Parts: sequence; C-alpha cells; structure tokens
Amino acid sequence: MIPLDTVPLETVLPVAASGLFSLAWLMIAIPLAGAGLLLVLGRRSDSWGHLLGALAPIASFVIGLVLFIELLGRDPSQRNVSVPVYDFIDLGSWHLGIDLQVDQLSILFVLLVTFVGSLIHIYSIGYMAHDPHRRRFFGYLNLFIASMLILVLADNYLMLFIGWEGVGLCSYLLIGFWYQRPAAAAAGNKAFIMNRIGDLGLTMAIFTMLAQFGTVNFTQVSQRAPGLSGSWAALLGFMLLLAACGKSAQFPLQDWLMDAMEGPTPVSALIHAATMVTAGVYLVVRSHAIYAQSYSATLAVAIIGTITLLMGAWIGSTKKDIKRVLAGSTMSQIGYMMLAAGLGPIGATFAIFHLITHGAFKANMFLGAGSVMHGTGDDTDMYHFGALAKVMPLTFWTFACGYLAIIGFPFTSGYFSKDHIIEAAFDTGPVFGVLALIGAGITAYYMTRLMVLTFLGQRRWRTGVHPHESPATMTVPLIVLAILSIGAGLVMTGWIGDWLAPATGSHPEHTGVLHISVIGVITLVVVAAGVVTGWLTNRHGVPSEEPATSNPVALIGRNDIYGRAIDDAVVVRPATALAHGISSFDSSAVDGGAMGTAGVMAGLGTALRKLQNGYVRSYGLHTAIGVVVVGVVVILGRMA
Amino acid sequence: MNPNDYLVLSAILFAIGMLGFLYRRSALVIFMSVELMLNSVNLTMVTFSHVHGNLDGQVGAFFVMVVAAAEVVVGLAIIVTIFRSRRSTSVDDINLLKY
Amino acid sequence: MTVPVLTILALLPIVAGAVVMFLKGATARYFGLAVSLVTFVVGLAAFLAASRGTDLSEKHQWISSIGAWYALSSDPLSMTMVLLTVALVPVVLGAEWRIGRTGDAWAGGADTGDSPQLPGSIFFGLALMLEGLAIYCFVAADVLLFYLFFEATLLPMYFLISGWGGARRRAAALKFLIYSLVGGLIMLVAVIGLGVHSGASGHTTFLLADLVRMNFDGAIGRYLFIGFFIAFAIKAPMVPVHTWLPDAAEQATPGSSVLLVGILDKIGTFGMLRLCLGLFPQASAWATPVVLALAVISILWGAVMAATSHHLMRLVSYTSVSHFGFMVLGIFAVTTPSITGSIFYMFNHGFATAALFLVLGFLVRRRGSADIKDFGGVQAGAPVLAGLFLVSGLATLGLPGTSSFASEFLVLAGAWGRHPVYVAVATIGMVGAAVYVLRAYRRTMTGPIDEGTPPVRTDLGGREKFVLAPLIIVLLVFGFFPKPMLDVIEPAARATMSQLNMTDPQPVVKEGVK
Repeated sequence: MIPLDTVPLETVLPVAASGLFSLAWLMIAIPLAGAGLLLVLGRRSDSWGHLLGALAPIASFVIGLVLFIELLGRDPSQRNVSVPVYDFIDLGSWHLGIDLQVDQLSILFVLLVTFVGSLIHIYSIGYMAHDPHRRRFFGYLNLFIASMLILVLADNYLMLFIGWEGVGLCSYLLIGFWYQRPAAAAAGNKAFIMNRIGDLGLTMAIFTMLAQFGTVNFTQVSQRAPGLSGSWAALLGFMLLLAACGKSAQFPLQDWLMDAMEGPTPVSALIHAATMVTAGVYLVVRSHAIYAQSYSATLAVAIIGTITLLMGAWIGSTKKDIKRVLAGSTMSQIGYMMLAAGLGPIGATFAIFHLITHGAFKANMFLGAGSVMHGTGDDTDMYHFGALAKVMPLTFWTFACGYLAIIGFPFTSGYFSKDHIIEAAFDTGPVFGVLALIGAGITAYYMTRLMVLTFLGQRRWRTGVHPHESPATMTVPLIVLAILSIGAGLVMTGWIGDWLAPATGSHPEHTGVLHISVIGVITLVVVAAGVVTGWLTNRHGVPSEEPATSNPVALIGRNDIYGRAIDDAVVVRPATALAHGISSFDSSAVDGGAMGTAGVMAGLGTALRKLQNGYVRSYGLHTAIGVVVVGVVVILGRMA
Repeated sequence: MNPNDYLVLSAILFAIGMLGFLYRRSALVIFMSVELMLNSVNLTMVTFSHVHGNLDGQVGAFFVMVVAAAEVVVGLAIIVTIFRSRRSTSVDDINLLKY
Repeated sequence: MTVPVLTILALLPIVAGAVVMFLKGATARYFGLAVSLVTFVVGLAAFLAASRGTDLSEKHQWISSIGAWYALSSDPLSMTMVLLTVALVPVVLGAEWRIGRTGDAWAGGADTGDSPQLPGSIFFGLALMLEGLAIYCFVAADVLLFYLFFEATLLPMYFLISGWGGARRRAAALKFLIYSLVGGLIMLVAVIGLGVHSGASGHTTFLLADLVRMNFDGAIGRYLFIGFFIAFAIKAPMVPVHTWLPDAAEQATPGSSVLLVGILDKIGTFGMLRLCLGLFPQASAWATPVVLALAVISILWGAVMAATSHHLMRLVSYTSVSHFGFMVLGIFAVTTPSITGSIFYMFNHGFATAALFLVLGFLVRRRGSADIKDFGGVQAGAPVLAGLFLVSGLATLGLPGTSSFASEFLVLAGAWGRHPVYVAVATIGMVGAAVYVLRAYRRTMTGPIDEGTPPVRTDLGGREKFVLAPLIIVLLVFGFFPKPMLDVIEPAARATMSQLNMTDPQPVVKEGVK
C-alpha cells in the first residue's frame, strides 16, 4: 500500500534573505496597496482603476520571475530563503511572525498566481468593460492576489491562515459581486460558511501545533513532527484534511463550488479553478512531514481525493451549464491532486505538477467559456450553442488546446501530469489506480461532450443572438494560456521532480519525456474510448433544450449528487430547528424566569400595599403589633 | 423609694396613651395620648437616671420634651388648618393619603 | 507634589458632564465634545506614560476605621480599559450629534412618541459622567471604591436608556437597572464579607494590594467568589443572565448601546480578572469547569440567538453575548496567551461592536425600522454604508486582518493547551459568527431593492464617515500589527499568572525524536 517506509529527506533549513529576496514582501504589498486605493478612493478612480488594477499583479509577477531566476542559479541547499518582515504576535515562547519563505514550492505558486492572475486581469478589462462597477471588481481581484500570495509565501501556518481567510473573503465578495441577484448573494454566503467549517480544522490544527510543538513555523514543525504521538499525528492530519476539504471543495464540503459559478467568469477562472481551490492541495503537501507520521490520515486524503474525482466527473457529465461542467471538472481534477498528495512523498510532486498544469488549462477553458458567454449574450446553456467554431475561431482553437490537455492527449501538459498520478496510484493500490483510470475515461467523455455541444454540430442559437469573437484584451490571454496548456508539461516534466524534492520531502524521481509504460497505454485507450463515446452520443440530433430524463444517473448528476439536499437534511435543517428551539427557549424560559420573579414581586407589592389604607389608627395598630412582636422576640431570645 | 413603682406607673400611663391613640377619633385627643406616651417614657428615663446615678436619662428626657414641644407647635397648627377647611377633627375623615 | 493624573482624568468628565447638562443646544454639544476630546488626549497621554513604566497611582486615606482607601492604580489592565473608554466616548458623542432634536426620534422599536425624548444636552452630560465613573471603576485599587463606582455607573446608564430611544425604553431601562442592582447587592454582601474576613485575619482593609496577599482559601473564599462572579456575570453578560441586554439594546439609541456594551459591560470581565481570579485563586480553580462551560454556552447561545434574530440591534447585542463568552473563556483558562488575548479582546470588542452598532444605527435611522425584513439591496443606494457594515461585520466575526482575529486566536490557542475540548466546542461559535454576520449582510444589503418600502438612497454623510473612520482604522491597524498593543497588555497577564502561581503549559514535543 502506501510507502511510508521511504526515509524522508532531512529538512532543509532556510537561509537568510539577502539582496533581492529582502524585497519579496513587495510582491504582496503592491496588489494590497492597489486594492486599498481602488476600494477607498471609490468612484473617483473609476476611469483608471482597471489599469492600475491590472498593473499590480504584473509587477508582482516580474518580481516573482526575478526571484525564480535567482533561485534557479543557486545551489539546491540555498534555495529555501526566509524573509522576515515583522512580528505579528510575540508572547513568551510564541513567536508568530509575518515572515515569508521563498522556496521551490512557493515560488512555483507565486508564478502561477501572478501569471495567471495578470492574464485574467487583462482579460477582465474587456470582459467587464460594460459593468458600472468594474473598478470595484479590480479592487477585489487585487485583494485576492495579495491574499493568495500571503497564503503561499507564508513560512508558518498562522500567516498561511491569514491568507487562507483572505482568499475566502475575496471568494465571497467576488461570487456575490452581482449582489442584486439573490442567487449570487446566497452562493457567496454558502461558500464562505462552508469554508468556515473547513477553517475550524485549520484553526484547531494551529492550536494543536502550538500546544505540541510551541511553534507553527513550517521548518520547525517538519523537524519536530517525528516526535508526535501517533494519535496526535492522526488528529492533526485529519484537521488539516478538513481544512483542505473546505477550501478545495472536496467531499463532503464540495457543494459550494457549484454555486460559486454565480460569480463573474474571470473569477471562476482565477479563484475557482486555477488558484484558490488548489490551496487545500498546497496545505497537504506543505504538511507532508505530519502526514508521514500517520498512515490513516494519509489514506484518508487519498480516499477523499478518489471519491471527489469520481463525483466531480459524474456531475460534469450531466450538466447543461457550461460553467458548471467546468466546475465539476475542477472538483474532479483537484480530486486527482488530493489523491496524489495522499500517495505519500512521491505523489506530492505530481500533485503540484498537476496543480500547475491544471491552473493553466482550466483557466484557459474557463476564460474560453467566458468568451463564449460574452459572444452569446451571457448564455451558459450548452443546448443553446452549437457550431460556434466558425464564428469564434480563436476561442475555439484555444479552447481545443485546453481540451487536449485535460483529457491527456499525448505530449500536452495534462498528459504528463495526470498519467503520473494514475501510475503512482496503481503503484500504491490497484483500487485507487482503477478508479483514477475510470475518472480519466469520464473526463474524456464529458469534455468531448462539452466541445461538441458548444463548438460543433448544428447551430441552436436563440433568436436575436449573434455570436461574435471577443476583443483582443480577451483573446490574447486565451492564446498565451493555450500555448501553456500544450507546452508546459513538456518543459516541466523532466525538471520538476528534482526541483520540488526538498520541499515536498520526496526523493527525486526521473521521468523522461518519452516515458512509456503499460499503464500509460491503457490510460490512452480508456481516454480514447471516452472521447469516442462523447463524440458519438452528442454528434447528431441534439435538442435545443435540455431533454427531460428519467435516467437516475443523469438525474443525480444534474442535482449535484444531492449535495445540497444532504447538507440541508444533515446540517442545515437540524441546526435551524435547534436554533429556533433555543431562540424560543431564550425568550420564554430564560427571560420568562427572570420576568416571572419580577411578576411575583409585583403581585406581592399589590397585595401588601392594601395595608396603606390612610387611617392613622390602623398605622398605629401596626406599630403596636410590631413593638409587641419585637418585644416577644427579644424576651424569648433572652430566655433561650 | 422603690423604683419599680415609678416603672409600673410609667407602664400604666403608656398603656393609657396607647389605647387612647388607638380608640379615639378626635385628632386632639390622639395628640394628647401621644404626649402621654412620651411623658411616660420620660418618667422611665428619669427613673433609670436616678437608679444608675448618672445624668444620661435626664438629658434624654429633656430632649424628648424639646421635641414634644416642637411637635405640638407643628401638629396643632396642622390640626387647626384641617379643622378650618373640613370642619372636623376626626382622623377617620382624613384618609386621602393612601395607596 | 505630583499631579494626580488619574483623578483629573476621572473627575474632568464628571464635573464637565454636570456643567453640560445646564447648557443649551449647540453650546452643550460643542462643549461636551471638546471635553471628551481633551479627556481622550489626557487618557492617551496617561496610557502612553503608564506603558513606559511611569507610576501614576494615587493613595489617600478614605475611611480609616474600616481600612478603605482612595487608591487608584495605573497598571496595564486598568490603563488599557481607560484608553478604550476615553476613545469611545468622543465617537459616541459624534454619532449622536443630532440626538434630542425634533425629527431624530429613534425608530428602533416602533416609536409612537408616548413621551418626548429628553434634550440632547442631557445625553451629552450623562455620557460624560458615565465616562468618568467608568474610569474610576477601572483604576480603582480599593474594593470598596470599586464597588461604589460600579453602582454609581448605573445611574447615568439608566437615564441614558430611558431618556432616548424606542417606545418601550422605560421598561428596558428598568429591567437593566433591576438586573444590575440584584448583581450589585450580591456583590455588596461579598464586599462586606471580604472586609469582615480581612478583619478576622489581621486588620480590616479593602485595599487590593493588601487583599491579594491574604489567604481566602476554603469555603469562605468560595462564597465570596460566587458573590463577585454572579455580579460580574450579570454585568458581562453571560447566559443565563443576559436577557436584559437585548431589550436594552433594542430600545436604546445606538450611542447608548455602545456605551453600555462597549464600556460598561467590560467592567464585568474586568472584575472577573481583577477580583474573582486575583483574590480567590483556589476558588477560581474550583469553579473553572462550571465557568468554562457557561462561557462556551454563552458563545454558542449568543451566536444562535444572533443568527435567528430579526431585529438588527438585538442581533448585535447577541453577538456581544457570544464575544463575552470568549473573553471569559480566555480569563478562566489561565494561560499568558489566553489572558492577554482576553484583555485585547475587551479592547477590540469595544471598537468592533461600536462600529457595528453605529453603522446599523445610521441604517435604521434612514429607514425608520430595525426589522431585518424591511431591508434589501441597500448596497445599491448606499455603497459606503454597505462597505463599512461589511468591514465591521467581518471584524465582529474575527476575520484575520481585523484586530478581533488576533485576540480570538490568542484566547482559543492559549486555552487549547489546558482545555482542548471546551475550545473545540467554542470554535463552532466561529462558524456561527460567519452565519449571523453574513445573513444580516445578505438580507439587508444585497438582492433587488425592496419595492414595498422606501429605498435607502442617501449614503453616509461627512459626520457619519468621520465618526466611523477612527473605529475602522483602529480595527485594521491592530489587525495587521497587534504586537504593540500586546506588548503593553502582556505584563498584566504575566502579573496575574505569577499572582496565581500558575505556569503556561509547555510544548510536548521539543525535538524531532519520539
């Protein structure tokens, strides 16, 4: 099963920052300042806000690129650079700093986030051109870039958590960007609250680390993790997994991602496909030293990943909404990453590899879907499309590159990253391998279905809709991402294993470009079968509205595997009932108790005030009786 | 001289005063009953002053007398005023100050 | 002869408040605001001086026969609370600038105008007097003196609630007064018991410095602890003696609610830390399981009530019940981080809850209703108001980047070392916080504009922005840079810890070997 016997590498100690690295904080500060300016200045910056907003991530990207080149030139033992910024909390033995760690893993994330982020900012200039609140949109996007960079550049779990909550906030704000649509506002709330449930895991993991290790620094936690007792290691692993499930929309906290598609499409591309939702995978990989201590927690990661990859593929196969198909696909692909991360040190590298290639090709496809929506009057129903390839050629060809990458067409980026995961899964356990293979087949099916329904076949456009190609600000990012979807795997496959080894705790694994194995061939056959099925079933006779179905498989998929119904039945409704019970108890029993006491006092007062009848002689009698009573008590007291 | 006799006399005077206070309706008689009670207490204090051989009780008696005198001044003024407006000194007619 | 800074700080607003009541109209308002600003400057200077180690304490004989002293101290805990007090009062006065004028009837509770609101000058005067009395409470180093001002604060607060606000404000004020008086009387018994017991073991004294050296172990200590604790639990307020707060917050104006929840209720948690924990370590340890359970129940109870509340002001008051639970949890977990976090929480909560009360107050004044159902789509007409509501709401739910996060984190992380189960249950309150804040935001600010009611079209004006800005700035600055404030507070927590003879739990794993 899972190879825990591999000796983990010695933890590489970070080296102090020097030269350019001491400016690493600028990567975060620039977009943060951009967000602050755009949000505080308000409408005064409407005319130029989007330009400033787009420049900020580009500046961060340039800094990131310079640092990356600098790291490339360094000796491997010098590639983990620590950049102290300032002390956040310094209490007794707890030193919790805002300190950055630029290492092999974080710099890859920085490049992914800032590069894809920059492209999406540029794309949004065109996409949001007619929205009166475009400036606010760019403010939120900048805030997101800053938060995501805080998340990945943190050198400790507390700062990671700050970024973690920051991206959650931006996700909430951007999903609900069109706040006048109740569905969007509700989807934002749902995303934030479900994430908050996952965050309980991360907060408790941080508490546990402070109690067990006295530190939350990644390096120190890795060093001390072998000293953990078995049960604490497992508990810690499960807490971190809960956090990852919330953020990465993994089972059982997956349902918010589907609703998150209410947000503008660039947001879906950036946050809900390329970067934020993969943060859970990043967390698990960063915590590899803890997972190395607990077999059960590692196995749980792999199982959750496998369940989610199948669920996502299932949902993706049945939806009519192009964005929701892609959302199901995102869930599924992150499931692959989780599965890989749960395969132990060797899988972690592949998880990150797939994460990066997925970031490119999924962003590409989401932006392509956005381009389609832009051209068809914000329609998302694939049954209303068809034959768009001719009128939107650039969108079609770039989308096709993403398509080839995700199904794992040979030598595209997805081919290298996903096949490694399937192979590693077979090495670890045949069950995981077979399920991952089935997932690959379904992926090929639903992506082919999407392609055919959208771009090929007959035109089923609504009357009055005149599809047209999008402006250059939108197509140029598509072209860049398409090139990456095709080429990134080829460039990285021979190199990423060595590069990431020290940061993921794995031993370098050499995987050549022409790496042919039995499993690789089987995968290709399964994928081909999926493609053919998708082609044949959607080629002819597609209705112009989603056909009603009684097929239970389709129904379950269309209803997101009843995720919302299950959440409602298991959590929401009992919690609401309990809340209303407590609420009425509070006003009846708790407050009633106090007010009842007051009532008794008031009644007593009403009765006793009758004694005040205004007759002097009865007052005198009361006094006399009082004197007698006091006298009797005193005399009896003397006698006793 | 037996101090007990004085104390018994004082108790009898006090009881008469108290019963007068409780049974009579005329404000003036009630007033006199109060005076009777005060003076019975004065008698008690003077008696104990004599028994103990110090002057504390006599000082107390003087205080009571001064207060009683002041009270008579104010009280009679009130009674006269009430009589003027109501033509009655019966305390049972004056029961407006109640719950 | 040194300048009695603390006495000046406390007496200045009391005397000026009395003067303000006799002024009229604009004069009263400008004079009141000027006094509160001067007090703020003096308070800030005193805070900075004390945090640099200057001893501002004063001590004079008061009632020698029972050992009561007019003693004031300037330790970090006191000065932090004083800073909170002097900072909030000018904000409240600015927010309630138009109070008492015609056309400013507070519509929080379907005002039918059964009796006219009092003039605004009285509000300004009462608020200033309350400020001075609260400062006395925080700096008092003598239990009898503390008790005196603990009770004295009820008078201005009673009139602040009953003088302005909704139609049923008199009843709410009376409820507040009776609850507080019951707690106060129980505490009086405990104070007398304390004096008697101190007399039995030497000389009668109420001086804190003398009392902490005495031994109150055993049954007597437990009874006295319970006496103090009940009073502070009512004040704080904790479940199940919290029901006066929502009524008061519903009926009072937002400014009065800020004074009540932001400043006055802090005396409860302050007292728990200073008197319950400080004087009765053994009884505190004995009561800890019950107190922690009550704290956790308060956290969850408050969150649930806030999440089901339809009245915006009640909602905010229930969030405070939840937050006071966190503070109590931190105090009674007795670790340096948790107590530091608790004190920081008291400080932050003042600002966060003030921002929330005031911004919602501005909203409610615009619509004339506080029912959550009467709102919808406000963001379209008043984006700044919506944005500030969101920021203060996020500060209330403890999002990182707002100061509440640092304090909530320290409370929970510190308490985890000793009581992981209680903390695990308490963290559910964090989810609850997200539910109640976002629910309120979604129902009021988002969605299509409600057709049935007049839409809120005017955004925040200059005065309203000016009032909210300092609160938001404080929340964000200490959210990103909590260390300067924590450095000031930490000695207070350390002093408590050493007074109790307690040490922090140590990390289990020192090295990377089993």
